[in-house]
Amino acid sequence: MSALTQSTPGAAQSDAAPEKELRPPSYWPFVVPALVVVLAIIIFPWVFTIWMSLNEWKVGSSTTFVGFSNYLRLTGDPRFIEAIGHTLAYTALSVLLPLVLGTFAAVVFHQKFPGRGFLRGIFIMPMMATPVAIALVWTMMFHPQLGVLNYLLSLVGIPAQLWVFHPATVIPSLVLVETWQWTPLVMLIVLGGLAAIPTEPYESAQIDGASIWQVFRFITLPLIMPFLFIAGMIRMIDAVKSFDIIFAITQGGPGSASETINIYLYSVAFSYYDLGYGSAIAVVFFLLIVLLAAVMLYARQRMLWTEIASGT
Amino acid sequence: MTPRQIIGKIGLWFSVFVIVSPAILFFLWMASLSLKFEIDNAAYPPVFIPEHIAWKNYADVLASNRFLTYFINSLIVTGSATLLALLVGVPAGYGIARMAAHKSAIVILIARITPGLSYLIPLFLMFQWLGLLGTLVPQIIIHLVVTVPIVIWIMIGYFETTPMELEEAALIDGATRWQVFRHVALPIAKPGIAVAFILAVIFSWNNFVFGIVLAGRETRTLPVAVYNMISFDQLSWGPLAAAALIVTLPVLLLTVFAQRQIVAGLTAGAVKGG
Repeated sequence: MSALTQSTPGAAQSDAAPEKELRPPSYWPFVVPALVVVLAIIIFPWVFTIWMSLNEWKVGSSTTFVGFSNYLRLTGDPRFIEAIGHTLAYTALSVLLPLVLGTFAAVVFHQKFPGRGFLRGIFIMPMMATPVAIALVWTMMFHPQLGVLNYLLSLVGIPAQLWVFHPATVIPSLVLVETWQWTPLVMLIVLGGLAAIPTEPYESAQIDGASIWQVFRFITLPLIMPFLFIAGMIRMIDAVKSFDIIFAITQGGPGSASETINIYLYSVAFSYYDLGYGSAIAVVFFLLIVLLAAVMLYARQRMLWTEIASGT
Repeated sequence: MTPRQIIGKIGLWFSVFVIVSPAILFFLWMASLSLKFEIDNAAYPPVFIPEHIAWKNYADVLASNRFLTYFINSLIVTGSATLLALLVGVPAGYGIARMAAHKSAIVILIARITPGLSYLIPLFLMFQWLGLLGTLVPQIIIHLVVTVPIVIWIMIGYFETTPMELEEAALIDGATRWQVFRHVALPIAKPGIAVAFILAVIFSWNNFVFGIVLAGRETRTLPVAVYNMISFDQLSWGPLAAAALIVTLPVLLLTVFAQRQIVAGLTAGAVKGG
């Protein structure tokens, strides 16, 4: 009963309202310039995109309101459906691989060793370097005849691959670049989590004679789970939107084997200049990212509930 | 040292080697490609350190007068977008932190999730109507999409951790809110501003997708210029790799020298961004 009375909204409001009137909103002037900028370059484009997605709008011709027909057109567009599949495959791999490797790297960088700061600086360089410049060098490395990767494979007796030049290997090859580039971010986030773990569980585990793997599996992993989740979420958002690497290395090819939604969106909007249809893709694309984020949040909640239910 | 400790040490160094070598080897190979003549770049098995070093590759890239234009374009776009972002973003971060207006962060979150291309369609049309497309102005404005959220985000986090006592004391002494911000809050926030500045510069400098749509022949930034070298130049790897290295070198140096700020900014932004 007490909880019920406390949560009565009217009571809380009548307490807070007069206080608000006494204190003028004097911090507003600090925010207004940024608010104008955000309205102009973030909110306005969003509203405009939604409006355009309801119109038939090609550059150079007139505009007609067509309602939801752009969205209906999407459902019957095989290139778009295919792009969703490519995007999901690319994203799943580009989340999982950096998570695994980044956690390993974080555990290593959590140890103390000479030169750690400098080596960590080297390790995060791929993530900060200009993506197009990196993509250019990877393209040279992927070259079937002259590329250094096939030479390295030949040293360990693996036959030469076509890498980004074959439909079956193009997505894994691009994921290789993405993983190389973004594992450091996962490492940094997990490293932050490791720094927050207390030392007591490790001491008692040592006394009990637990192996390194057992310590990691039953102490470290559960404690860094929240950080892994955040890293996974950020990785998902970035991998879905990945553009520079794919565009600079394959432009969606060979054929359309690596055409993700973002690459297709680019073609529709800025190669065919079909801006209405492109806007519809942009809206659906955004909703897809929100949906994926919601699914991940839901999965995390379910995991927490089962943990609580099973008492671990 | 016990045998077990020695094995542990070896295991640790082996792990460090495995983790760091992809990054080291990549950048060394990039440097190697950029310093070789075509004969060495086309050699099989590949040559790592050539007999004759092709400094000419760098000279060629730097000597082409367009490259200087594109470099200046990059400087103008990144410089303006970063400074404008600091100008509006630092006070905004302060205001939001002091008003505890946490819901406003949702806008930043949406900006983080939205694909860059979705801003491009409406803004592209707007710039066309305004007749700005041949100039650098559209790129400066659209780079604000990258820099403003970074600055606001980092500054909210930073101002939330700075102590309120000094500011309250100054207010009681009769200072205006603006004076408090200018003379009390801002000096304390310098390290936070440095973090925001560095990250905004890096992400604006690296940006490619906005330039590929908005830049004309004379208004390309460096990433776009390098991309166009792939598609239109003859396939000579030496000068291409040299150009790529020149484009990304400022960012790599910044990463090494400002590593602490970058790590702080990325983890703060990342952890809160989730």
